[in-house]
Parts: sequence; C-alpha cells; structure tokens
Amino acid sequence: MTGRHVLLIEDEPNIIEAIRFLLTREGWKVDSHTHGGDAIEVVQRIKPDLLILDVMLPGKSGMDILQELRALPEYANLPVLMLTARGQMRDRDMAERAGVSRFMTKPFSNIEVLDAVRDLLTQTSRS
Amino acid sequence: MMASFNLLVAVCLGYVAILFAVAFLADRIAATGRGRWLRSPLIYTLSLSIYCTAWTFYGAVGYAVRSGLEFVTIYLGPTIVMIGWWWGLRKLVRVGRSQRVTSIADLLSSRYGKSNTLAICVTLLAVIGITPYIALQLQSITLSFTTFSEADPSRGWSDVSSGLWVAGGLAIFAILFGTRNLDANERHHGVVTAIALEAVVKLVALLAVGIFVVWGLAGGVSETMARIDASPIGEWNVDPGRWSAITFLAAAAFVCLPRMFQVMVVEIDNERHLHTAAWAFPLYVFLMSLFVVPIAAIGLELLPEGTNPDLFVLTLPLSQGREDLAMLSFLGGFSSATSMVIVASMALSTMLSNHIVMPIWLSWTGSGASVSGDVRSVVLLARRVSIVVVLALGYFYYMLSGGGAGLAAIGLISFAGVAQMLPPLVGGLYWRGATRSGALAGLAVGAGLWLYTLLLPGLGGFLPEAVLQQGPFGLSWLRPHALFGITGLDPMTHAVMWSMALNTLVFVVVSLISLPDPVERLQGAQFVDVFEHSTGLRGWTGYVAQSEDLLVMAQRILGASDAQALFQREAKRQGARGTLPEPTPDFLQRLERNLAGSVGAAAAHAMIAQIVGGSSVSVEDLLAVADESAQMLEYSSQLEAKSAELSRTARQLREANEMLTRLSEQKDAFLGQVSHELRTPMTSIRAFSEILRDTEDLTPAETTRYAAIIHDEALRLTRLLDDLLDLNVLESGQVSLNMRSGVLAQVLEHALSAALAGAARKMIVHRRPETENIPLHSDLDRLAQVFINLISNALKYCDTEPPELTIRVQSQGGKVSVDFIDNGSGLTEEAQTLAFEKFYRVSGEKAGGAGLGLAICREIMQRLDGDVTYLPGQGGGAFRVTLPIRDDVKVA
Repeated sequence: MTGRHVLLIEDEPNIIEAIRFLLTREGWKVDSHTHGGDAIEVVQRIKPDLLILDVMLPGKSGMDILQELRALPEYANLPVLMLTARGQMRDRDMAERAGVSRFMTKPFSNIEVLDAVRDLLTQTSRS
Repeated sequence: MMASFNLLVAVCLGYVAILFAVAFLADRIAATGRGRWLRSPLIYTLSLSIYCTAWTFYGAVGYAVRSGLEFVTIYLGPTIVMIGWWWGLRKLVRVGRSQRVTSIADLLSSRYGKSNTLAICVTLLAVIGITPYIALQLQSITLSFTTFSEADPSRGWSDVSSGLWVAGGLAIFAILFGTRNLDANERHHGVVTAIALEAVVKLVALLAVGIFVVWGLAGGVSETMARIDASPIGEWNVDPGRWSAITFLAAAAFVCLPRMFQVMVVEIDNERHLHTAAWAFPLYVFLMSLFVVPIAAIGLELLPEGTNPDLFVLTLPLSQGREDLAMLSFLGGFSSATSMVIVASMALSTMLSNHIVMPIWLSWTGSGASVSGDVRSVVLLARRVSIVVVLALGYFYYMLSGGGAGLAAIGLISFAGVAQMLPPLVGGLYWRGATRSGALAGLAVGAGLWLYTLLLPGLGGFLPEAVLQQGPFGLSWLRPHALFGITGLDPMTHAVMWSMALNTLVFVVVSLISLPDPVERLQGAQFVDVFEHSTGLRGWTGYVAQSEDLLVMAQRILGASDAQALFQREAKRQGARGTLPEPTPDFLQRLERNLAGSVGAAAAHAMIAQIVGGSSVSVEDLLAVADESAQMLEYSSQLEAKSAELSRTARQLREANEMLTRLSEQKDAFLGQVSHELRTPMTSIRAFSEILRDTEDLTPAETTRYAAIIHDEALRLTRLLDDLLDLNVLESGQVSLNMRSGVLAQVLEHALSAALAGAARKMIVHRRPETENIPLHSDLDRLAQVFINLISNALKYCDTEPPELTIRVQSQGGKVSVDFIDNGSGLTEEAQTLAFEKFYRVSGEKAGGAGLGLAICREIMQRLDGDVTYLPGQGGGAFRVTLPIRDDVKVA
C-alpha cells in the first residue's frame, strides 16, 4: 500500500495541512493544489492514484472538475473522494451523478477520511 | 218642368245606395281574393281623379268666366307631374310601400327618424288647410241642391240643414268603407272602386253637358269657337308669374294633398299602374277640361246676368229644360264632392288618429308598450271619431263662413298650405342630408308665412284692415301682401313665392347645420336609395337593403371600428372604390357569419334577412335588436375584461412565483455560502484537535502550531458569526444608530490605528490633515467600522510592496467624500461589480475574511445616508465613502 500517491485539491491551507499530516503519517505521498481552474492539468501531470477534491474552489468548482475528469477515458475509474462544506443533499446527488467514488461533508473525522482513502486505494489496487 | 225636390233626394239616395253596393261588393270580392279588375291600372287612374273635386267640376267654369284660361293651370300642374315626374312618383310609391306608410304625415315622420312631432305638425297643417276645402265641397253640394230646390218652393230648405245632412251622410259613408277593415293598414278596395265609379260619372256628366252645349246649343265646333272668341274668355291675358305660381301649386298639391297621397301611394296595388296613369290621368284631366271654356262662353251668353258662373254646368241644362242632363250634371258634381270628402276625411282621420289621438290615448292609459287586439279596436274607433271630427270641422267652417263667395278662393289657398310639405318631401326623397330639424323649421316658416300672407287675410276679419294696409305695428315691410317691401305682385304669387322660398331655404340651411340621429340616417338611406338595389331581380324579394343600412346595423353589433374595418375589407375584396361593399350574397354570408359571432346565427340571419329582404319589421325593431346585442356585446366584453384580468393575475402570480424561486435559490446559495464559511474553520478545528488528541508523538512545535491554528480558526468563526449577525441587523433595518457629533479627522485617526495595530505588514499612509477638519453628525463607531474595513482590505489585498494608502477628503455641496486609494493593481472589472456582494472574495485570496466586509460597509453607509462605491481609474484599489456633512456647522 505504500508509495501510493494522493492529490489534494483544496483552497483552505489549514485543511491541506491537516490532511497532509494524516495521510503522510500513513505513508502516502500527498501533493496539493489550491486552484480549480488548472486542476485537470495538475491531475494529468501528477497522475495520482487518488484524488481528494473540494467542491468550492476558486476558478472551477469541484463538480465541474469531476465531470470533466470522468469524460476523459483514462480517469473514468480514478478514485475520487469529494469533500464539501456546503452540506446540502443536492450536492451529494450531483456528485454521485458525476461519478464520485466517495462523498464526505466537512467537518469530517480524521478516521473517516483515513478509512475512506484506505478503502479507495485498496479497491484500485485490486482491480 | 223642374225636377221635384223629392225626386232629387231620391236620386241622390239611390246613387249613394249604388255606391254603397259597389263598395260593399268590391270589398267582398277583394276579401275572397278574386276580382283582379279591382286592382287594374284603370281603377287606379280613375281613383286619382279625386283631384278633380266639385271645385273643379263646377268651379272650373266659374274660374274660366272670372279669369279666362287661367283655370288650365289647375290641370296643368298634375299633368306635368304625371308626365314629367312619373319617376319621382314611382320613387314616392316605392318608398311608401316599402315603409308601409299610412299617410303623408306618416311618410314625412318616417323619413325624418320617425318623429311624431313632425307628424303632428304635418297633420295640423293638413287639417287647417283641408278643412276649408271640405267646407267648399259641402257648399257645392248644398248650392246644387238649392239650385234645384228653388224650383220647388213647397219645400222649406235651408243651406245649413242640407249641409248638415250631407256632412252626416258623407261621414257615415267614410266610416263604413274607410274604417271597415279590422286591419287598419289594409287597402280600401271598396272605397277606391266606388270613387272610380264616381270618376266615371263626373267625366260622363261633364262630357254630356259639354257635348250638349257645343252641338246642341252652339251648333258645332266652329260656331262654338266663334262664340268663345266673341266672349271675354277668349282674351288671352296671361300673367306669367301667377300662371307659374298656380301651376306649381297645383303640381305640389297633387303630390302633397293627403287625399291624393292616399289614393296614389297608400291604395296603390302595383307600382306599374303608374305607367298607365302617367298617360291616362292627363287624358282624363284633358277630357274634364275640354268643355270648360265652351260651357263658360255659352253660359255667359245664354244665361241671365248675375247667374252664378260656378253653377253654369247645372243651370245651363236646366235653363234649356234638359232636366235629365241637369240631373246627370248634378250627380257629377255630387260625385266630385263626395269622393273628395270621403277620401280626404279618411286620409285626415288616419293622420289624426295615428299621430294625435293614439299617442295621447296610449300615454293616458299608460299602455304604450303593449299592443293587443284591444288597441286595434281603439285605432278604428279613433279613426271613426276623427272622420266625424274632420267633417264636423268642415261643416262648422262652412256654417261660419256663411257659404259666401269667399269660399271659392279657398281651393288655391288650401293648395298653398299643403304645398309647404313639398320641400321636406322632395328633399327627403333625394337628399340624405335632409334632417328632421330642417324639415320642422322649414315647415314652420312656410306654414307661418302661408297663414300670415294667404289664409288669414283671405278669411277676412281675422286680420285688422290696418295690418293689411300698414303692416303690424306700422311696420310696412311686414305687410301680409307686400313682405319686405315687394309690391305689385298678386297676393297668391306673393305668398307662394315667399312661403316656398323661405321654407326651402330654411329647410336646406337647418339640415346642413344639424346632425341626423341614427334612425334618421338609416331612414334617409332607405328613402333616398330605395331603388338602388331593388330594380334588379337577384332572388331577394322586395327591397334589397343598402350597404349603409347593413353598416349601421353591423356597427351596433360589432362596434363601430370593427364593423367599418370589416366593410372596408369586403369593399377591397370586391374591388369597390369606396368603403362600402356591394351587398352581394357572398358578402352577406360573410357578414352574417361575423354577426353570428356576436348575436348567434339565428338572430344574425334574421337581422340580415330583415334588412335585405325588406321585410315589414320596422327599423326601430331592428335597432332595438341591435341595441340588445350591443348590451350583450358589452357584457361579453366585460367577460373579456375579466378574463384579461385573470390572465394578468396569473401572470403576476407566475412572476411572483419566479421571484420567490429566485429568492429561494438566492437563499439556498446564501445558506450554502454560510454553511461553507462556518464548516471550513470547523473542519480545521476538528481535524487538528483530533490530531492533537490522537497523535502521541507530536513535537512541541507541532503541538503549538496546531493549537494556534485551532485558535485562529475559532476567532475566524467568531468574526464570521459577528459579521453575519451584523449584516442581518443592518439588512433587517433593526440597527440602532448612535448618532453623535464629531470631526472626520478623529474618526479616521481612530480607524487607522485600529486597522494597522498589530498588522503583519507595514503600510505607508498619505493624509492631508488640513482637509479632514469636517464636522459630522453620524454614528461615528459605524463610520469607523467602514473605514477600518477599507483600510484592512488595502492592507490585505494591496499587491505592491511596500503597500501605500492615500486618504483623500473632498467636501462639496453638503457632502463629504473620503477616498481610500492604495498603490496595488486594484480590482478587475468583474470584481468591481461583485465586490459588494455577500461572500465575495477576490479570487485565490485567503485572508481570513468571509467576504462580508464590503456588503456590511455598503449597508452601514446606506443607513447613514451615504454610500460606498468602488472608484475605478485611480491606479490602484480605490473606494470612496460619501456621507453628509453636519449642516449646522460651517466648514473651517
């Protein structure tokens, strides 16, 4: 499981720091990016095994990023964990239609995030 | 040996009995529908001969003795009308038939918008004009009786009592045959046949006397001509003015006399009878006048001086011992008088009962609206009473006038009276612009002048001699026989000229300046254009309506503009040049469909059929129907308005709903934003507090850093909640302002120190204290809050190192503006418009704010009667705060 590469797209520095701390301790490599506008290019450059995506991002929303990613064949099965602070049911529906792998509402518990990341990476390695 | 008085009475009674029998039989035959001869043009022509009354039968000879050939004018007038204006008569007859008129008063009233006022005026004029004429007839009969009775001294015979008998007998005859029919509108075949018989009798009588005179007394035509030349009658003495005046009068009277109108228009069976009458009646009149001059000339020669020339027709045979011929002549005169009186009294009684008695009776009984069989018998009773009244008036006039020679002139005076109806009659037939007001005014002026210049002076004693000689009140220009100083005219010519000229003038002028009402307009069209569509046979029976009538009706139903648009469209479709289409079946069908939309198919069909088919439904009925449908239309347009209102309400509801949806979306977005802004710091707090709790091997530095993050995020959360509550208070208007007086410089000082104290960056601030000494009366704390916000923004977002802030104060017109201009790159155009929206943040910036600051600033400034705006083009981020200066303190 080690050596797995996670890309975190999130505009809140403190949240980046917290998630980076948690995942790094588990042995995963974490890259972060704070802007939505060029998120796709960053994904294409970094080629992460897992994408953690905030919804409200400057430049481009997480929903749009997810839809565009899923439209690309090489990212059709990329595990995507979506975090949102808006917490409305509509967002969850939209995310599921867009092809999200896991959807979590902020504030989250650290264990939940770690379990979710672990699950998603395991599924990918099995497939 | 003179005829015995008893024999005379017996002959009279026998003759009347024969007339009764003829009239009765004719009525019976007509009732069974047989007897086409009853409706022949011959009978019609003969019935027209009631123009020749006793006045002409006896009086023509007297006229010839007194005035030579002038008597010819009396015959010339009708002849000219018959030959030269038969087309006019045809129009009159067509109108009369199509409108079902009962008298000339009815015709004029019908033409001028069914005006009963006009009908009453015409009726009164006719009664005034005709009553003396009836008296004249009674006089002729009693005179002829007297002529015979003089030979029979055994009888005590008075003119007055014979007049009474004659009047009574004529009244009974007129009542029996003139008001026999239950349907008052039916034609009177019995009476018409009887007067046709009388016409034959009087012609035969006059011809017989004439032949006797020419061949029996004078000894042949050439002898007669020689004797005429020798007599004063032979002198050709023509006054052209008087001749044309009297010819005109005779022509006018021929058309306007109520009795002539009765036989010519009301009693006519077939319009084509006029073709026969056009030559046959002039022939009849010619025969009637043929022997007038010989009888006059021979009578003057043979009879003793002083013999009444009016009775030459009777006295000449008597003087020659030809009692049989005298008796025939007597019967001829009797026929002339009776036929005239019977028809005249019938015609006048119709007018009196229809236009005066019935309206009064209906208004008295208050049953004006309901027409039952009961009313019909009242109508007949009214007519019978009216006949008695007319004859009684004639009788009393005869008695009062004493049967003197004054009566002889009454014929022409009477003509002049009824001739006043000619302008409205002819105008009504040929001029659509003729109006009721014009007709009434013309008639009043004409009748007034006729009374003043002809009737009253002629009666003698009614007008004082002084008035005749010097004019009323000594105004010589108002002398009855010399109006406006025109003298030298014979009174008859003078009266005819003035009354007819002013009548016509007033009629035309008043018609031009007055406006016809809708019924008048419609009737005018019906009258003037009665032939327009009724000559051809197009499958429509009767009289095809004019497009204008249809338009009048359509306007009432569809509304004026719609109807006119429809007609114009149809006219264009037909290629017609005007705006009115021809009433082709095609057009009628489309019109019907259009009307059906408003009043229903059946009603639309009936209404068009009534106009187009010339049915007997009156125009008023039609207009009543149209008015009802106009009400329906109004009702339906109310419904339409209601439905429009409903759809308007629906639209407003839809708009309100859209607005609510928009608001709800905005609220969702706002709640989403609030949720995001609250959850974001909470996420950090939770994440790091779990890290602190669950991680045992944290370095002290890490512990301190994570605790600091938690602390910062907690503060951020508090700030956010403060801002949200602040904004809520400001937006809801519940904010309480703490208004104080102060100076701008102090507020700025306070704001700067609060914003810059403990800041991570140093910022250079440029101020000009001499401009800041502005007195204020405001909530100084709130104002400071705004300034702090703006200064903090500059500090946070200015992307130039070192950041500089220029504070520029300008006061102008009771307001002061405070500009905060930094040396950064400023806001993009998009950001400028969004900067004051809630939760707006310059993209990519994370400065710890929730993006509510400027929204709060704007709310505060609006509460303080000022504003805060972005100031573009200053080379950096620039915001301007404007607020009012305290107006009671002068700027130092």
